[in-house]
Amino acid sequence: MRERSAETASPEGLARALEARGYLADEGLATAAFLGLEMARPLFLEGDAGVGKTALAAALAEVLGSELIRLQCYEGIDAAQALYDWDYPRQLLHLRAAEAGGAADPARLEAELYDRRFLTARPLLRALEAGTDPAAPPVLLIDEVDRADDEFDAFLLEVLSDFSISVPELGTIRAAVPPLVVLTSNRTREVHDALKRRCLYHWLPHPGFERELAIIRRRLPGAAERLAREVARAAQRLRDPDALGGELIKPPGVAESLDWTEALHRLGARHLDADRAARTLGAVAKYREDHELLRARLSELIGAAGTAP
Amino acid sequence: MTLRPGPAADAANRPDAPDVVAAVAGFARVLRAAGVAADAGRVQALVAALDRLGAGDARRVYWAGRLTLCAGPGDLDRYDRCFAAYFGGRALRVPPSPPRPAARRAAAALAFALPPDGAGGRAGGATARSAVSEAEVLRTADIRRLGPEQRAQLYRLLAAMAAGRPTRPSRRRAPSRRGAVDPGRTLRAALRNGGETIRLRRRSRTERPRRVVLLLDVSGSMAPYAGALLRFGYALARSHPGHTEVFSVGTRLTRLTRALGGREPDAAMAAVSAAIPDWSGGTRLGGELKEFLDRYGRRGMARGATVVVCSDGWERGDAAPLGVQMARLSRLAHRVVWCNPHRGQAGYRPLAAGMRAALPYVDTFVAGHSLAALQELATVIIGGRRA
Repeated sequence: MRERSAETASPEGLARALEARGYLADEGLATAAFLGLEMARPLFLEGDAGVGKTALAAALAEVLGSELIRLQCYEGIDAAQALYDWDYPRQLLHLRAAEAGGAADPARLEAELYDRRFLTARPLLRALEAGTDPAAPPVLLIDEVDRADDEFDAFLLEVLSDFSISVPELGTIRAAVPPLVVLTSNRTREVHDALKRRCLYHWLPHPGFERELAIIRRRLPGAAERLAREVARAAQRLRDPDALGGELIKPPGVAESLDWTEALHRLGARHLDADRAARTLGAVAKYREDHELLRARLSELIGAAGTAP
Repeated sequence: MTLRPGPAADAANRPDAPDVVAAVAGFARVLRAAGVAADAGRVQALVAALDRLGAGDARRVYWAGRLTLCAGPGDLDRYDRCFAAYFGGRALRVPPSPPRPAARRAAAALAFALPPDGAGGRAGGATARSAVSEAEVLRTADIRRLGPEQRAQLYRLLAAMAAGRPTRPSRRRAPSRRGAVDPGRTLRAALRNGGETIRLRRRSRTERPRRVVLLLDVSGSMAPYAGALLRFGYALARSHPGHTEVFSVGTRLTRLTRALGGREPDAAMAAVSAAIPDWSGGTRLGGELKEFLDRYGRRGMARGATVVVCSDGWERGDAAPLGVQMARLSRLAHRVVWCNPHRGQAGYRPLAAGMRAALPYVDTFVAGHSLAALQELATVIIGGRRA
């Protein structure tokens, strides 16, 4: 078990610490993060885009006072981009320098070439080597793991199951302090069960009205209270196909609500009005079809958002 | 509340003392019965989590269990109900499993009932044709309009058809003449030549066979095409051995891969007809697709595969579940191909509710009503362009 500071001694303490850094975690998320730290298990966060999966990793790194290491997944990602790569240009330079210096023993020269200093650490290896203090493990964010190929799941499983990496030329590199791993997925692809089994699974829903309002107030303290309230109310309606009378291709996440509030705030709005809402629609809806749907119902939407309690 | 199971748990699950491990194991059993895959590893994780959180507080027990035992949004609802039932004392409600229709074996169904107008197969009414145009008619004629002799000939042609082998890029790279520079091999070669780089070594990605999964609808409305589609499956399995999976769907999912493995096409067809319990029954495609995904697809069979569904999309009952399952399938599979023989008819529009629900998740929509159309399907499967 790790040494505890007061902030990470209980789920409630962790929630308070996260809140102090501007991230409002609910009971489930705080418990998940607490257990992830305590049990040294990766957190697997699923949820729609923009609900705060990536932001959690950043906030956790801040709470722990440690480094945030990010691995963005994409189709075709492989070991050379995720783990390590040999620094060939430097190896060649070394070879030339040794040659000029008159080195004779090729076996020794080869041993020198495959030294740790010629190894370029990519995010996974960096995360294993970054930790020194057990009370402040580095936070490794493996973002959008669903975008990588499914072979990559098996590869991650191997690294995450014992936090070690074996480099054929060097031997095994083991983490002195295992990092706190946060995996996020938007669920465009089902991630392999074996990988999920290693993790604590948490589904991040869109926040309710009260929490969304609290998040907006927290992150944008300069915005008018009425504006924040009306944006939060409108965002809730945008996610509800029944209230909207049609489904959006991409309902807005909290990130979009924040963008929208900030855009309106910069325009000097103290409350949500139809004109400014239409002009800033690009902050909240990112598809042409969504724009058409929303433009047709904007006044109705704003009116409902404005008059609701 | 403490970790004492409520009265809804059966006697075997109820420990005499509020022993955490026994209560957790009992809870996991209830969850498994409700369809949540709470295996031993996850239960161990829950015990470890409760060790850290304490088992006295119901909210903490709830979250510890939910975080460790669940694996997807679909599990959460079931988990909540089981939790309330097991620890709250309310009655446990488990969703009923879908009813299983009685298995009907009908080897005789291989001899298909022909539609009344299908005796001649000479579309256009011409009486004398050369052998060449005869072959062309056979190639393009709708299979259900073929006479018995032509049908037999078509089956022979289909079974002998050589399909191509679809491939996928592998993560491995191998030495190659073209491609990106391979620094490792270049460096090692330089080392052998006293540090002099004489020739750049290159490497490129290797290729691996890509799995093909065929789901063949053998229900009543597809009966005229089922024989031809099965032979198509046979031809595919033979030219792409070890990487082809064939299932029949109708009212029950049946795996035919092994039965299709025989050398002799007619023997393989006899084995298949014995294996399919529901020749010409009604269709419940959504449910069967779900069963396929739960039992095979998610474990890896559909992952990165080209999945071909051969069906007319006539769904008995609500078509919405089919849409949900097609969405799951499209997330798992590399490509989803739908083959609907009715699409070959002039003026076809996807009006069947099942077809409409499925189409948004289909990458390629082909016909497959004639030999030519099935050859086109084979091209689509290897990732080629349609003629």
